[in-house]
Amino acid sequence: MGICSWLIAIPFITMLFVVFTPADKWQRIRWISAVGCGIHLVVTAVMVYKYWQLAAPDLASMKTATLTKLYLVEQVPWFPSLGIQYFLGVDGISVAMIILTSIIIFTGSLASWYVEIRTKEFYALLLLLVSGVFGVFLSFDLFLFFMMYELAVLPMYLLIGIWGTGPKEYAAMKLTLMLLVGSAFVLVGMLALYWASPVHTFDLQVLAQQTFSNEFQAWVFPMIFIGFGVLGALYPLHTWSPDGHSSAPTAVSMLHAGVLMKLGGYGALRIAVYLLPEGAKMWGLFFMFLTTINIVYGAFGAVMQKDLKYFTAYSSVSHCGFVLFGVATLNLMAFKGAVIQMFSHGIMTGLFFGLIGMVYGRTHTRIIPDMGGLGKVMPWLATCFYIAGLASLGLPGLAGFVAETHVFLGGFFGNEWTATWMTRTLTILATGSIVVTAVYVLRGLGKVFQGPITDPHFEHLTDATLPERLSTGILVATLLFVGVAPWFFIDLIEGSVMPLVNRLHETGAIVAMTK
Amino acid sequence: MNALTQALANQTPGLNHWLVLSTVLFSIGLYGLLTRRNAVGILMAVEVMLNSAALNFVVFNYFVTPGAFDGQIMAIFVIAVAAAEVVVGMAIFVAMFRLRHSVDVNRIDTLKH
Amino acid sequence: MEHELGFALSNAWLVPALPLISFVVVGLFIRPYSAKWAGIVATLAVMGSAVMAYAIAWQYFHLYHGEDHPAIVPWTIEWLRYQPGMSVVMGTLIDPISVLLMVVVTTVSALVHLYSNGYMKGDPGFGRFFTYLSLFTFSMLGLVLAPNIVQMYVFWELVGVSSFLLIGFYYQKPSAVAASKKAFIVTRFADLGFLIGVLTLGYYGYLSFPQLSPSIEPGLAGLSTSGLQPFDFAYINSPEFLAYFAPMQVAFFGFSLLTMAMVLVFMGAAGKSAMFPLHIWLPDAMEGPTPVSALIHAATMVVAGVYLVARLFPAFAASETALLLVMVVGTFTSLFAAVIGTTQDDIKRVLAFSTLSQLGYMMLALGVSTMAHPLGYTASMFHLFTHAFFKALLFLAAGAVIHAVHSNSIWDMGGLAKKMPITHLCFLTATLAIAGIPPLAGFFSKDEILAAALMNHHYVVFGVAMLVAGLTAFYMFRIYFVTFWGPHRGHGAEHAHEAPVLMWLPLAILAVLSAVAGFVPMSHYIHIGAPLEHEGINLAIAVPASLMAVLGIGVAFFLYAGMKATARAERLATALGVIYRTIKNKFYIDEVYLFVTHKIIFNYISRPIAWFDRHVVDGGVDLSGWMTRTTGYVLSLGQTGQVQVYGLWYTAGALFVLLIFWAALG
Repeated sequence: MGICSWLIAIPFITMLFVVFTPADKWQRIRWISAVGCGIHLVVTAVMVYKYWQLAAPDLASMKTATLTKLYLVEQVPWFPSLGIQYFLGVDGISVAMIILTSIIIFTGSLASWYVEIRTKEFYALLLLLVSGVFGVFLSFDLFLFFMMYELAVLPMYLLIGIWGTGPKEYAAMKLTLMLLVGSAFVLVGMLALYWASPVHTFDLQVLAQQTFSNEFQAWVFPMIFIGFGVLGALYPLHTWSPDGHSSAPTAVSMLHAGVLMKLGGYGALRIAVYLLPEGAKMWGLFFMFLTTINIVYGAFGAVMQKDLKYFTAYSSVSHCGFVLFGVATLNLMAFKGAVIQMFSHGIMTGLFFGLIGMVYGRTHTRIIPDMGGLGKVMPWLATCFYIAGLASLGLPGLAGFVAETHVFLGGFFGNEWTATWMTRTLTILATGSIVVTAVYVLRGLGKVFQGPITDPHFEHLTDATLPERLSTGILVATLLFVGVAPWFFIDLIEGSVMPLVNRLHETGAIVAMTK
Repeated sequence: MNALTQALANQTPGLNHWLVLSTVLFSIGLYGLLTRRNAVGILMAVEVMLNSAALNFVVFNYFVTPGAFDGQIMAIFVIAVAAAEVVVGMAIFVAMFRLRHSVDVNRIDTLKH
Repeated sequence: MEHELGFALSNAWLVPALPLISFVVVGLFIRPYSAKWAGIVATLAVMGSAVMAYAIAWQYFHLYHGEDHPAIVPWTIEWLRYQPGMSVVMGTLIDPISVLLMVVVTTVSALVHLYSNGYMKGDPGFGRFFTYLSLFTFSMLGLVLAPNIVQMYVFWELVGVSSFLLIGFYYQKPSAVAASKKAFIVTRFADLGFLIGVLTLGYYGYLSFPQLSPSIEPGLAGLSTSGLQPFDFAYINSPEFLAYFAPMQVAFFGFSLLTMAMVLVFMGAAGKSAMFPLHIWLPDAMEGPTPVSALIHAATMVVAGVYLVARLFPAFAASETALLLVMVVGTFTSLFAAVIGTTQDDIKRVLAFSTLSQLGYMMLALGVSTMAHPLGYTASMFHLFTHAFFKALLFLAAGAVIHAVHSNSIWDMGGLAKKMPITHLCFLTATLAIAGIPPLAGFFSKDEILAAALMNHHYVVFGVAMLVAGLTAFYMFRIYFVTFWGPHRGHGAEHAHEAPVLMWLPLAILAVLSAVAGFVPMSHYIHIGAPLEHEGINLAIAVPASLMAVLGIGVAFFLYAGMKATARAERLATALGVIYRTIKNKFYIDEVYLFVTHKIIFNYISRPIAWFDRHVVDGGVDLSGWMTRTTGYVLSLGQTGQVQVYGLWYTAGALFVLLIFWAALG
């Protein structure tokens, strides 16, 4: 069993441990989960190191490659007659996503340290979901990919429906149904790819070598893109996100906004753009248009929100817009920006939702106007909140800046298949969101943490506990690391993004975006 | 008597005779199944339909593949299944009767709600 | 000519690195345990970088003595690779103006650190304050040393955020919170323009780079280890690039792309330097602790905009429209702010408006110069240099007064000359310096600006600048007379006493600097383009300018020195009526902004979007759910629960199918 399989297996095995622990030993369950996720984090580190060793020498050759190079591959036939395999591997993009998921689930399990209702079931489902997420990021067989994808979506229903707050059943139902509609689109697209390729296979790398007719690409690309777009909160299919996120329990919000929403961008990049480059060229501008709406609309929507979680959810809609905007822009910088944005937004939102959970656990309210002056009693949480907020408004030195400037530059450079003035206008509109982001972040956080303490009982609230400090500290450190030393991250992903761009050019070499 | 009946009456019973018989039996059973209100009656109607099917097996066995016994074996299966079905069905009806003091199928409509 | 770089020059990165180390160490490790040591460590770190800065200045001007001062980039690191061939390379750019600013920033910052050890004593946020100050100093030095426009933007944002943190330092005070938000959002809005400008310049820089760089690179004396990059100032300012870029047209009101890019960049500069109409955040920023106002909102951060324009001066000069805009905005701001400054009651606000006015001066100096007659460029940098000292001194002295009186309003002060002799003397020096009385620093730099305006035949600008010089003298002496002369007006003023040594020592040092900074032969060190034809003092300008200042002082004396005079001032104010009230309310600009943001943006954009999302978009989703449920309900009416009915339907259906098959096949 290779390291990739272990990455999927560890959460699953941890889940089995949790399942076979008596439910009343909830403290032990907590520890088992935390240790399992901790081990996972270590294994991820080993995997990243191995990947680094293998991939670094290939970076130069990727400048002209059109096929993503995979490392640490495990390939076993599963249903040979149907062309289905158990095909795992990593490239730079999936490594980035795996680091993200590992960090989020570890910190998430720490952040939900105080879940006391049905602890066992909670952790079991959470870990099951995480196995699915890792499966998605690791599998390079469409069938396996889809299976893992569903595995990741379905436990969400129970997690929100049981442990959520507010109108949780409604939110859970809405979220699950919308995501399933999205995955239905994806499934149709995948089956179409399967039948349209001369070789009937689900193998992503083999499919990538087939050529599909333009007419075919013209309808399959939007199918798959929209399917994943639902998960990536593509306007106007984003409405599950505010309800879902605000009803979900802390760890689930973290995981959902932090990781699951990234499956959308990941799938759009990995499957839609990678397999259907002609379709991407045809539809790029349309999706750029939609995602610009996402960005601006989400930001303006966030200004007026009263509930901290809705506030963050709308900000997520805006920020995930950057991911899909980058994907739809179709050039190297924008793709890189999309990947970095997936990572940085994942960490940032994870931090946001984790912190909201912690604040809510103390104040028992999430309504912004009801809070005030909390910075005095909980300086740690306030500091972390501000760092997350500054990252989200794209402050240099934090991860958001690296991602956003990539996307902006990419958008400004445009591509060869679309009128540059249009992509440029859209980019400038999208850029405008950084001001709106500053407005809502500072207004919201200013109200909650600054000013005089509004409620006398806030005076006696405590600051973060040790697990909470550990969890937020890791996330803040990650944001800083990517922001201060972006070159590590760029080296990690660049070699894997290049083939995606090269596929768009018939010449097969990175061409400067000239017009 | 019209010509068809005449023709049938004059011959020794052949395939058609038996098929007509089994069709008639099946139709009677179906009619009973759809119209009886009493659960026991419905069960009896089902028996009639099963028997018509069993009759078909035997008849086809006899006329189409005279050397084989498959059809007859199937008929015995049908009888066995019918017996089992009656047992299960009657047990359900008894339980139902105890619960509701009636085996009128019109009043057993919890599936709807 | 090969030059051997000394230690200080080749390790220029240490200048920003020391405050950075102090930020991390103080913020994470010292602050929670000892406030006192937090102050000491941060102060020592900044003093270390000040010493480094002096060493660099000495080595640099020594190395290139008597010749052109080339820009050198002794240290670089590739920070962010956007794509092969386009990277952001962090580095340290050493050229005359960066050395100038580095010296100013480290000096003022070190003195402010020293002062804050006394001023902030006993404040519960003492350690936090020094953490933020270190962050600011680091960011500001990073900005000053930026060799490319993206690094400039990066640190531009970082100084913005440190300014935000420091304005909102008293975070439990709602007015401070509001001011910090306002400062950040207004500058952020301006930075949007800057960012788009950067994108434009970066794009065309990248496009033309392979073609132009071979001819530009050899001409640079830079010792950069990474070679030229498209984002580098050296590239953007190069005549080759400007010649390539200037003719490009876009169908946008007939402006050239270069003009658009420079106007957008200027928008960023105007935001940071608080030019009209983006000036509204600066007066409110006075909510921060006074040392912060001295450091950030007077001497260093707010001049970043001027610095940016100076940095890109060749590019600005290539576009007449952009340079004209710089001039007009600068001139207008200097007059506008000076007028408002005459009516304000809060001592720090008067100083803030004075800062605005002086920044306008620097901008207009840049605006009036051209590559052929670049005196204004030198003058602007000169004024930046002198202004940093006397304005920091004014703020720190005001801080000492506020510390003693416990009020910001000048009408609570009065008669402090005797109670606080050292502070009084320092304040007086600075006031004379800013008023332009010879031979103090302000006189020389103002004279040069006026000369630059006159020389390039901008007579209106010259006239306005003269007027502003008079107004400056008037409003500065107004607060001087009210604060230090006359009777004690408030309880605080009666019990005021001299500041502790930690506070008056920096004042004294700055007072000396304000007195002598004018004698630095700036034109010898800093010039751009054609050689300067103007040397020394032009009496035709110096005499009227000094007379204007004296006139301003005289009017201030007449209206504000002593009780009787103040009564005269009140009568004048009443006589002016509406005009006075409009000026006093800062021409109601804040109200206009408030109207636009709250009434229009929040009410007519945000709220409808939030509503639209919940009701229309989400309504669509819920509608599809509702339709599914309704269809299900309608269909469920056909479900009777009677198996026999289902059987009947089934039979009928089966027969129907059979008939169809029979008809089709038979």
